[in-house]
Amino acid sequence: MATTTPIEIGKKSGCSASSCGSTSDQMSHLPEHIREKVFNHPCYSEQAHHHFARMHVAVAPACNIQCNYCNRKYDCANESRPGVVSELLHPDQAIKKVIAVAAAIPQMTVVGIAGPGDPLANPERTFATFRGIAEYAPDIKLCVSTNGLSLPQHAEELSRHNIDHVTITINTLDEEIGAEIYPWVFWNNRRIRGRAAARILIEQQQRGLEMLTERGVLVKVNSVMIPGVNDEHLKEVSRVVKSKGAFLHNVMPLIAEPEHGTYYGTMEQPSPTAQELQSLQDACAGDMNMMRHCRQCRADAVGLLGEDRGAEFTMEKIEAMEFDYDEIRARRAAVQASIAEEMAKPKVQVATVSLSSLKRRVAATPPVLMAVASKGGNVVNQHFGHATEFLVYEASASGVRFIGTRRTDQYCVGSDHCDEGEDKLALAITALDGCRAVLCARIGITPWEALEAAGIKPDSDHAMEPIEEAVAALYTAMAEAGELEIAGSVDASVA
Amino acid sequence: MALKIVAACVNCWACEPLCPSKAISAAVPHFVIDAKKCSECDGDYADAQCASICPIECAIVDAAGVPLNPPGSLTNIPPEKLAALA
Ligand code: SF4
Ligand code: SF4
Repeated sequence: MATTTPIEIGKKSGCSASSCGSTSDQMSHLPEHIREKVFNHPCYSEQAHHHFARMHVAVAPACNIQCNYCNRKYDCANESRPGVVSELLHPDQAIKKVIAVAAAIPQMTVVGIAGPGDPLANPERTFATFRGIAEYAPDIKLCVSTNGLSLPQHAEELSRHNIDHVTITINTLDEEIGAEIYPWVFWNNRRIRGRAAARILIEQQQRGLEMLTERGVLVKVNSVMIPGVNDEHLKEVSRVVKSKGAFLHNVMPLIAEPEHGTYYGTMEQPSPTAQELQSLQDACAGDMNMMRHCRQCRADAVGLLGEDRGAEFTMEKIEAMEFDYDEIRARRAAVQASIAEEMAKPKVQVATVSLSSLKRRVAATPPVLMAVASKGGNVVNQHFGHATEFLVYEASASGVRFIGTRRTDQYCVGSDHCDEGEDKLALAITALDGCRAVLCARIGITPWEALEAAGIKPDSDHAMEPIEEAVAALYTAMAEAGELEIAGSVDASVA
Repeated sequence: MALKIVAACVNCWACEPLCPSKAISAAVPHFVIDAKKCSECDGDYADAQCASICPIECAIVDAAGVPLNPPGSLTNIPPEKLAALA
């Protein structure tokens, strides 16, 4: 498989070499102008998320609908993890925070407003924040997430701002299913319930999606996979939203814990297993695997995906800071250019080359999943015991492909339990279900033995190596050692 | 004739911009309704606006202390389950 077709990416970004799209040419199906927009966006580009950072600012407290997986005592569950409360900021404070973070983390390229309620249910606060950021830090990309109820009303204004990504959470196209997910919406000064509520929400979402794509605004659709409610139906959602011009459909797992006090949590609605999620993502996404690394960030997250440096930027610290805008802008441009250069190096090619020799000898080894503990930088560089999430890759005779992330705390039954070493290990092993190996920088003897007992091969021989190369090397070694079972009746002539 | 916001309020701001009488304001520990200004939306809307958008059951009560959104009415969580949670 030729994976490194040269892709011309935006001149202004300084990246014009091959392979910005990373593993297999996952962005090659996108039109030029979209690739240009997403290449350094940590949430959309698998490669970029190792290098660039994002932040969310929590300026939008109010919401206009109720979702059954959300408890309004906490942040919006579409865009944050359930059970999280963000510090609410005024637009002025949010602008100051963005500048402070832009100065401290020059690789921060994206600011999103995703809550804690619905940004478009708080249009004054949301747009005031975007205007301020555009004024002081015009190189920053803006994005906004919404449930879609007020989207048609604001689509025109969104397209006029410097907003290039809008995320709409669309869980269904069917009002009967909708009535099971949304108990009510606030519409035309009344609380509307049941199917009538779902009908309004679905109509508004679809109209908003059409209005944005007509205006050239990039639209991503998020869906929450709720087993037995909308899981099968999401394949249809995926087809329809892509046909209306959404550039990406991202399926996230329902998170429903009783202690979050949500309807689904209280009613013990099951969440999808990692494998159920993955097979639906495969069915929906096809070759569009850019969002597999989505971490369901909290609404005030700051930093690289999977890390949160929010605590370094409390309002108290920020209020005391002084800024030299020109100096900040110049430094940011320099750092971002050097990252773009780094990303342009054709890393993936190496992995593909090393697998081509394997292809002939072990064509019949099946694809397997391998997990990686990484702190970022696209390198195997995290201690197994420190990992709160694993990157999952599929390795096969034809190459290495990023599949998604698995969080260990997704299976956490409550914060009290998670501090215990033993429970933490059990959670990690649950999260690694279906993986044949896990690559990490180091690992203790207890987890080593527990992983082996669970049929997962621990590996620290590839510490500090680039992820794709390390996965390919381990796959080759396991195949040669006969550790990968021969797939069914496939004989060696199939190549 | 006035509604009242009580301790259950989570300070989400949803009600404040909707009030036709400008009776609602942010306060500590939670939002408050100025009883002298609140008209219960009479003459402006069919339903009290604050109570129609408020996402929290029992956060807004009438003059008799009866919640406009009783337990279970917004989340569909059966009251016996809610009681078990508390
Ligand atoms: S009932 Fe109407 S007038 Fe009274 S506080 Fe609520 S919104 Fe304002
Ligand atoms: S809508 Fe309800 S919870 Fe939100 S601020 Fe008003 S009274 Fe409080």
